[in-house]
Amino acid sequence: MSEINTNINIPVYTAKDFASDQYIRWCPGCGDFSILAQVQRSLPNLGIKKENLVFIAGIGCSSRFPYYMDTYGYHTIHGRALAIASGVKIANPNLSVWVSTGDGDCLSIGGNHFIHTLRRNVDINILLFNNRIYGLTKGQYSPTSDHGQITKSSPLGTIEYPVNPVSLALGAGGTFIARAMDRDQKHTQEMIMRSAGHKGTSFLEVFQNCVIFNDGAYLQYTEKETRDDNVIYLEHGKPLIFGKNKNKGIKLQDGLKPIVVDLSDGKSSVNDVLIHDETSRELAFILSEFGETPGLPMPVGVFLARKRNTYEFDMEEQIKTAIGGKPVSVDELLAGNSTWEI
Amino acid sequence: MEEEKSFKDTDVKENVNGGSTPIVPIDDVTIRFAGDSGDGMQLTGAQFSDTVAASGLDVGTLPDYPAEIRAPLGTLHGVSGYQIHFSTHEVHTPGDSIDVLVAMNPAALKVNIKDLRKRGIIIANADAFDKKNLELANYETNPLEDDSLQNYEVYAIPITKTTISALKDLNLSMKVVVKCKNFFALGVVYWLYNKAPDNTLNWIHDKFQKSPDLIEANSRALKAGYYYGETTEIFTNRFDIKPSTILPKGLYRNINGNDAVALGLVAAAANSGLQLFLGSYPITPASEILHALSKYKKYGVKTFQAEDEIAGISTAIGASFAGCLSATSTSGPGMSLKTEAIGLAVISELPLVIVNVQRGGPSTGLPTKTEQADLLQAIYGRNGECPVPVLAATSPSDCFTMTYEAARIAIKYMTPVIVLTDGYIANGSEPWKIQKLADLPKINVTFRTNPEGFYPYLRDEFLARPWVKPGTKGLEHRIGGLEKQNITGNVSYDPENHQIMTKIRAKKIKNIEMDIPELQVDGDPSGELIVLGWGSTCGAIADAVENVRAKGRKVSFAHLKYLFPFPKNTGNVLKKFNKILIPEGNTGQLSKLIKSEYLLDTIIYSKVKGAPLKSPEIESKIEETLLKNN
Repeated sequence: MSEINTNINIPVYTAKDFASDQYIRWCPGCGDFSILAQVQRSLPNLGIKKENLVFIAGIGCSSRFPYYMDTYGYHTIHGRALAIASGVKIANPNLSVWVSTGDGDCLSIGGNHFIHTLRRNVDINILLFNNRIYGLTKGQYSPTSDHGQITKSSPLGTIEYPVNPVSLALGAGGTFIARAMDRDQKHTQEMIMRSAGHKGTSFLEVFQNCVIFNDGAYLQYTEKETRDDNVIYLEHGKPLIFGKNKNKGIKLQDGLKPIVVDLSDGKSSVNDVLIHDETSRELAFILSEFGETPGLPMPVGVFLARKRNTYEFDMEEQIKTAIGGKPVSVDELLAGNSTWEI
Repeated sequence: MEEEKSFKDTDVKENVNGGSTPIVPIDDVTIRFAGDSGDGMQLTGAQFSDTVAASGLDVGTLPDYPAEIRAPLGTLHGVSGYQIHFSTHEVHTPGDSIDVLVAMNPAALKVNIKDLRKRGIIIANADAFDKKNLELANYETNPLEDDSLQNYEVYAIPITKTTISALKDLNLSMKVVVKCKNFFALGVVYWLYNKAPDNTLNWIHDKFQKSPDLIEANSRALKAGYYYGETTEIFTNRFDIKPSTILPKGLYRNINGNDAVALGLVAAAANSGLQLFLGSYPITPASEILHALSKYKKYGVKTFQAEDEIAGISTAIGASFAGCLSATSTSGPGMSLKTEAIGLAVISELPLVIVNVQRGGPSTGLPTKTEQADLLQAIYGRNGECPVPVLAATSPSDCFTMTYEAARIAIKYMTPVIVLTDGYIANGSEPWKIQKLADLPKINVTFRTNPEGFYPYLRDEFLARPWVKPGTKGLEHRIGGLEKQNITGNVSYDPENHQIMTKIRAKKIKNIEMDIPELQVDGDPSGELIVLGWGSTCGAIADAVENVRAKGRKVSFAHLKYLFPFPKNTGNVLKKFNKILIPEGNTGQLSKLIKSEYLLDTIIYSKVKGAPLKSPEIESKIEETLLKNN
């Protein structure tokens, strides 16, 4: 199971134990390197035997990931990683199943599987490498590219509007939804650990920089000078505060409208600020739309973490109940209940 | 009569052999029940079929229903039918022409009369032949009252009114009462064919356990129909068919093709010691496979109703990677969607059973009608050089055998295998001599556990690569859709390696020809004409060949159940004949394969009318072919 356990029978691993012997073929400077490193650094802390880890991927830069992991891995076809991973997990719930995917693979061609995997709550960890561009096919706009973005396939600017992966995951009924940034290694590791610990589908969107086709897409969130005023770190039970001097807070005005208040102007205090509650689906919906609203900071961290039975657990229960401890005979099944002798 | 031992109720028992209508012995009958799609004709037909099968007769059935669940009442396109052929002799098909037509309304009569033989019997629900229904069926005058049916023996029975009057004291709504009329019709037919309705009475008791009212209503309607025949004495004769002496001794059940596929998978899982996983998306006419397996939880079966066809096969591939016996079930349009994933299973070399219950195409085509037009798709319909074994079932019960065989091949050769059935045999049923697990071919599974010298694309004597369950220590490895380096399984774009891997994948599948039965010839091993069939046409061709031979002509017959690879003697068998006639439910797909594989000329008999091939048409074609000079 992917929940963290402290079984002493688990060997002591280091990050290196999870690195395969394959040459890594991402472009120099690609954000994927960081995600790979954070995953490899996190795994030794999860208490999962190496042989029980399975990394599944579809197609795209992100999806080469399994080749670089010295675990079980399956590099499948475009968009289908989540369906294949669901099959693996349902077949053997003891495995820790991970999917590395991209914005095209997960949200465009694989959008249907994304919705339904979240809805079913199969215990899979989804790592979405969101670089807001098609990298492997060399620079077409993706479902998360900005409106108006000029790309190979939108020379005059894309006339499509982007999908918000976190809002989509919420709408699909996801039970664990989080966001991290490739440049923030420590926080990314923390989010990987949280994802792994969640029983059910965990969805972690990672802002990932494509140095070749969409360089700097997340600069305002990742650069030291601008980061603090543009990013808010979500922490359960803590007030929603951000800013260089921790002097800005989020407050709800006129019902459901989030606004930024200045905590240093004497008019508002930390007591007026919203407290983050990662069990609240309603709050998660409000926070998920922050990135779409000018003036509001981009949230990273855990938007939502709720408990619900996993798909495979309920299936095993149904099977157990059906068997009911009694021996069954396939020969009787073949004979059916209406026979005659000739 | 032996099979008329008892009715449930004692009052009924005393009357059962009453009546003075003479009983005429016959040996073969085909009956079709037809009515509105909401009239319960499928149920009625299935009940009749189960009863006659259980009385020891050989039976073949064919349901035929519209794509719309409830098409507008009384219309021609809303007609649903269920045909049952039963006989003392061996039954190969659900019957070519029908002897008895039960028509619950004018539309049912209009649609089906063309298949009724001359002097055949029509049992019509006279109450449904009102002005509105006659208009809906495009009848200007009532055919029950004009001379248009003078070539038939017509029994116009007030089925609705009689049912209402039999149930009048039950305090049920008129809607419920009228719905029981199919059981009245069934009762009449049971009486006419001298079959006690016990089976159906038992079924009614089980089915409506929770509503005693419905047990009473349906049982009463059934008995009322039975006694109607007896007391009104409108029928000239009753008929009796002696139990079959052809069927081998043993324990039998009735089975349709979709259920047989499901059981074949369960049996293969049991005999291989693997857990069964089905990933599937509902589609006509294959959904019943998903339904059946979903009920088998107590046999440890895991079923996954996917969000789409692609997820159906993809989850199955994932489960196979994890060590399950995996399957996916679908029909033509779904098959198209699964194509890319089949390629993945081929290059990943994972076992998988893919069942395509073929229906009329292209596109959505004829969802509820049968066709055999996905053969070339099954063999060739993928990108790249992508060999997949293709098997085809010949009859409802053969779906069990061929699905089991597909699982055996899939596991032994680490490959996806396609099983072709079709709407005709999937919904059709026949008696099946029940098989026991111990009687079936062995399926050996060895999961690799030894890390010593392990590579994911090492090969055994059958060129199969090792199957490793994730979770096995020391065997962590990666597979995927990119070309694999021979043996190591690392990603490889090397041109020489691609050539080698392409050849290995082809050779592995070709080798299966050493592991399957040779093509058998029925009749002389050489001569003027051989008829070659595949899949569900087997019964119709067998009948046609028998009939031609009965006229003193020589014709041989061979039937393919393995379409890729072909049995290894196929070319040699065919070469010994001057003419090869290939009847098939497409425009000549097997014919193309035979021509290209063996450079032999073929004669095509093609029919794509959404209906199975019938023996008389094949018979005529055989005769025409025999007469024609080269």
